[in-house]
Amino acid sequence: MPAQESPAGDSRSVMVRGFQVIGVAIRSEPWIFTAAVLASALYGGMTVGASWALGWATDNALLPAFRDGRTAAGTLTAAALLIVGTAVLKAAGIMGRRILAGILQYRMQAHSRRAVTRQYLRLPLAWHHRHPTGQLLSNANSDVEAAWAPLAPLPMAVGVIVMLVTAAVAIVLVDPILAVVGFLIFPAVAVLNLVYQRRLSPLAMRAQQLRAEVSEIAHESFDGALVIKTLGREDAEAARFQARADALRDANIAVGRVRGLFDPLLEALPTLGVLAVLLVGSVRLESGGVAAGDLIQVAYLFTLLSFPIRALGWVLAELPRSVVGWTRVQDVLSATGSMEYGSRNPEGTGPARIDVEGAGYGYVPGAPVLRDVTFTIAPGRTVAIVGQTGSGKSTLTQLLARLIDPDTGVVRLDGADMRTLAKGAVSASVALVPQQTFLFDDSVRDNIALGLDVPDERIWEALRLAQADGFVSGLQAGLDTHVGERGATLSGGQRQRIALARALVRRPRLLILDDATSSVDAQVEKRILHGLRDGAGDSTVIVVAYRMATIALADEVVYLEQGVVADHGPHERLLDRCRGYRDLVTAYEREEAERAALEADEDEDEDEEIVA
Amino acid sequence: MTAATEETDTTETAADRTAPGLRAAERTALETFRHGVRLSPEFRRGLAGTLVLAVLATLGKVIVPVAVQQVIDRGLRGDVPDIPFIRNAVVLCALAVLLTALCGYLMNVRLYRSTESGLATLRGKGFRHVHDLSVLSQNSERRGALVSRVTGDVDQISAFMQWGGMVVIVACGQLLVATTLMAVYSWQLTLIVWGCFLPVIIALPRFQKLVAGAYIRVRERAGEMLAAVSESVVGSAVIRAHATEDRTAERIDRAVDAQRAAQTRAQKIVGFTFPITELVAAVAIALVVVAGVVLGVGGSISAGRLIAFLFLITLFISPLQTATEVLNEAQNAIAGWRRILGVLDTPADVADPVDGSTLPRGPISVTFEDVGFAYPGGPPVLREVSVDIPPRTRVAVVGETGSGKTTFAKLLTRLMDPSSGRILVDGVDLRRVRFSSLRERVVMVPQDGFLFDASLEDNVRFGRPSATRADVERALTELGLADWLEGLPAGLDTPVGQRGESLSAGERQLVALARAYLADPDLLLLDEATSAVDPATEVRLARALEGVTRGRTAVSIAHRLSTAQAADEVLVFQHGRIVQRGPHSVLVAEPGVYADLYASWTAGVTS
Repeated sequence: MPAQESPAGDSRSVMVRGFQVIGVAIRSEPWIFTAAVLASALYGGMTVGASWALGWATDNALLPAFRDGRTAAGTLTAAALLIVGTAVLKAAGIMGRRILAGILQYRMQAHSRRAVTRQYLRLPLAWHHRHPTGQLLSNANSDVEAAWAPLAPLPMAVGVIVMLVTAAVAIVLVDPILAVVGFLIFPAVAVLNLVYQRRLSPLAMRAQQLRAEVSEIAHESFDGALVIKTLGREDAEAARFQARADALRDANIAVGRVRGLFDPLLEALPTLGVLAVLLVGSVRLESGGVAAGDLIQVAYLFTLLSFPIRALGWVLAELPRSVVGWTRVQDVLSATGSMEYGSRNPEGTGPARIDVEGAGYGYVPGAPVLRDVTFTIAPGRTVAIVGQTGSGKSTLTQLLARLIDPDTGVVRLDGADMRTLAKGAVSASVALVPQQTFLFDDSVRDNIALGLDVPDERIWEALRLAQADGFVSGLQAGLDTHVGERGATLSGGQRQRIALARALVRRPRLLILDDATSSVDAQVEKRILHGLRDGAGDSTVIVVAYRMATIALADEVVYLEQGVVADHGPHERLLDRCRGYRDLVTAYEREEAERAALEADEDEDEDEEIVA
Repeated sequence: MTAATEETDTTETAADRTAPGLRAAERTALETFRHGVRLSPEFRRGLAGTLVLAVLATLGKVIVPVAVQQVIDRGLRGDVPDIPFIRNAVVLCALAVLLTALCGYLMNVRLYRSTESGLATLRGKGFRHVHDLSVLSQNSERRGALVSRVTGDVDQISAFMQWGGMVVIVACGQLLVATTLMAVYSWQLTLIVWGCFLPVIIALPRFQKLVAGAYIRVRERAGEMLAAVSESVVGSAVIRAHATEDRTAERIDRAVDAQRAAQTRAQKIVGFTFPITELVAAVAIALVVVAGVVLGVGGSISAGRLIAFLFLITLFISPLQTATEVLNEAQNAIAGWRRILGVLDTPADVADPVDGSTLPRGPISVTFEDVGFAYPGGPPVLREVSVDIPPRTRVAVVGETGSGKTTFAKLLTRLMDPSSGRILVDGVDLRRVRFSSLRERVVMVPQDGFLFDASLEDNVRFGRPSATRADVERALTELGLADWLEGLPAGLDTPVGQRGESLSAGERQLVALARAYLADPDLLLLDEATSAVDPATEVRLARALEGVTRGRTAVSIAHRLSTAQAADEVLVFQHGRIVQRGPHSVLVAEPGVYADLYASWTAGVTS
């Protein structure tokens, strides 16, 4: 688990914050980091060693042989062994560096992903409502990746620093004058690469952003394909997409222009360095400052160092993106507002009693969805919540299941404020079947049990009550059938019945159905509701409903109007005294009556005509 | 019927889904490449010039070995270095380096420009073609795959064309130039070097397979990880309602750890194979030193040439080290290309007719002549449907779930073509009517009114892009939705969220209805378009619609029979056939499907 870093102040530069992020990784995996750096140092040292071996071979085996016209077997073997030996160590260094750097990076990713998703599970539903799904997914995915991206080239960069120091010492030992060439070229490569990455990174980020936008348009457009087709808007959509695709093209070309410029330059610089070494070295050779082998060694070193030195730039280039990713991850990790729990358990054992007192709730401050809601539901009652589209019914069910806490007022279960109950106590007593069903990519059995240890008989019993036993036993593997991502292999009505069985198997003391049978055939719905009413002695039931058949099964009705309880009582009484309620639930009947009256009028008219 | 499409989906295996029923192009890699280049002519634009520049840029790689050789053999031959010669040689070489760098720059810029332009074209073509595909090929299970055709798959081609492709060309050129120069210096030593590297080159495809397999697993695990994480986000209400946080956390942990294990494994494979070329190069250098000295003593090679040879060996390392990566990218690019070409090859089975007719606006009539329909490989869902809808009639379509109502609607709007029989509008076969004309005259409001992530106003205007804000407002008012609009926090400017998720299901339907109404079609088809709206609002809407659709032809599919009562004619579907037809007052009086449906509906409405 990465240590919680306080968000850095704006005044501090991105680089400093970037190094702080790296510091977090080093602190949480110190051993792996150390091992990776050691392996990389071995690689760095041996890269310089390889050039030294070649120089030694040139001076001691190669040139003397050409000068004297005879071979010395001993020195020649030594030279060959030296060259191969340094290469073996270098290869070991590369291997260790790569593998350990990978392990470091992947471990940190896994740490962060666990931490972020734990937080998703811990934070209250209200927090989820405020954050779009896509954002939360990218927090756990691409932001985590970005945050730890510098870790991949990091050990290499540290190794390169070792390499540079060793090389500097080696060159100074050979000849201080030649060293001056190196001290000019290597910093120039490093600075050029840094300039390169600085220029590149905003362009690359823009390209990345556009790539995401292109993908978003494609997603939305294909999701809305039916609407686009039925309204004949394909060409307009294609134009909308092409505009973004062209912007992406231009952004990629801009990236290409910078890459195209700097890549050849970065390659040319060390080559020019080698040429300079040859010129300066020849002059030094003339004055006797160096031997020919030294010259070869330094020149070879330049060709070897020119590429790895860029690793410094890679790390620095990843830092801004890393800081952005890390900050986003931290925003999730530092989010507060978890649900408070007490230590009490609800007193009741039979059907639950519910008291709502002055409860209010709003998703956005200043725009309450529910206001001063007060009512009581006695144990064992079946209550219908009725109201217009957008009157706050679903929000109310979430309050009753304590998915959210009221901004004002209190919701009591068996007389106890839900906030004082122990963690898990409410969900053990209350089961909510939401409007939008959600199934896990798992078997039917696991989707119903959800970790609860129940025998198959009880699962079948719940399925029977939910009128789902028929189709489940018809599935290929019965209870073991996998339902696919979000239950994609089932129809909407089947998904709803599985969700219902999931609630019923828990034998809740309070069962809340939020329009939970909307995708189910009217006939099947009727059977479900009758089954529930027959078994309703065990639990209090709350249903959100429009259909008269459903309302008729309820003992009493809570009628909501724009977030306020407009009336509460038995259906017949509300029909009598509450105009809004009457208008809503009898809309079809009145419609029919009026139509009948209209037709009667017309008939009368016709009759009159005939009479006339 | 949606139920029917869902059924066909369930029979699909996971493998089918990764290779969606889009035509899989059976082409070799080379054919794929050729076909791809044909579709994006931009790739070939200025290719010859780019290749010449690439060759020149590659030649720059041998400047250092040649310079070293020249300096040692000619500049340092005497006891005293020949400084003027060395200076001239170095200056000449420096100029050559700058020139090749310039060539490299020009090559890169040209390459990026031509490939990106070609790929933007390919994306656009792919996207447009997806919208031409019929609703069958577009079904929801395949949408994710279709999106990645025009995004990720194209990106893979792009990555290869700009980096991998050039690396291949430059690496081959580099090996060729180095080998030629080495052969000029000494053929014996050249044989030794190739003798060392040949086994590596032969073994490379094997490594590549190993690495590719490991990365495929990484991607699969990454997908599973993302799916597990998304469950915790999308299913947040269910997880809290049933207190299954711990269980969900375990599932996520398993997926996260599986991904980490796959990543680590892939990294290990790369870590072991990557340094092999370093080792081989060192062995080659050692052998060349030994053999070179022996040859040199025999007088067949100079010291300068031998040392230049050692520098040339380094040219072998980088191409071989990147080769596995390049091979991976090449494979991904070809696969990506194959997939997007597969989309383009999938015929738009419901196509806009060439030289189709444009129908004049005005009252519209529809005729079904003995129409039958079956989903591919499925049983018939619609049989022998013959019906006449005269202009200005109001038709209600009723029936149980799965009886063929939605199929009827999809055929009437030509989202699909009938398997048998034909459908005529104003006496013209639907298949011969220009799409632009058909979509203007016939508009359907589906049950799930998809909204775009924009303001309410923009969503309604989607029906008629030229509409002003006042037009949008008028449309909503005419539908009796002014009160509802007033209650929204920002009125017409209210953002509806992704897929309209900031609105309730019922409100989404209201917007979708207003959108279709604004489009002002001659025939309006409602497919359970108000199913999630509360009764009072629905009745109000139905009244408003009755008023505004007067003079138009209207077809509504309804599960609430109040709609049927208001219709001129009711079509009753059962098992894919029309079993009853006529006005409500007649049908309700005779025993049959309609009377049963009506009885169970009234039982639900009145207690």
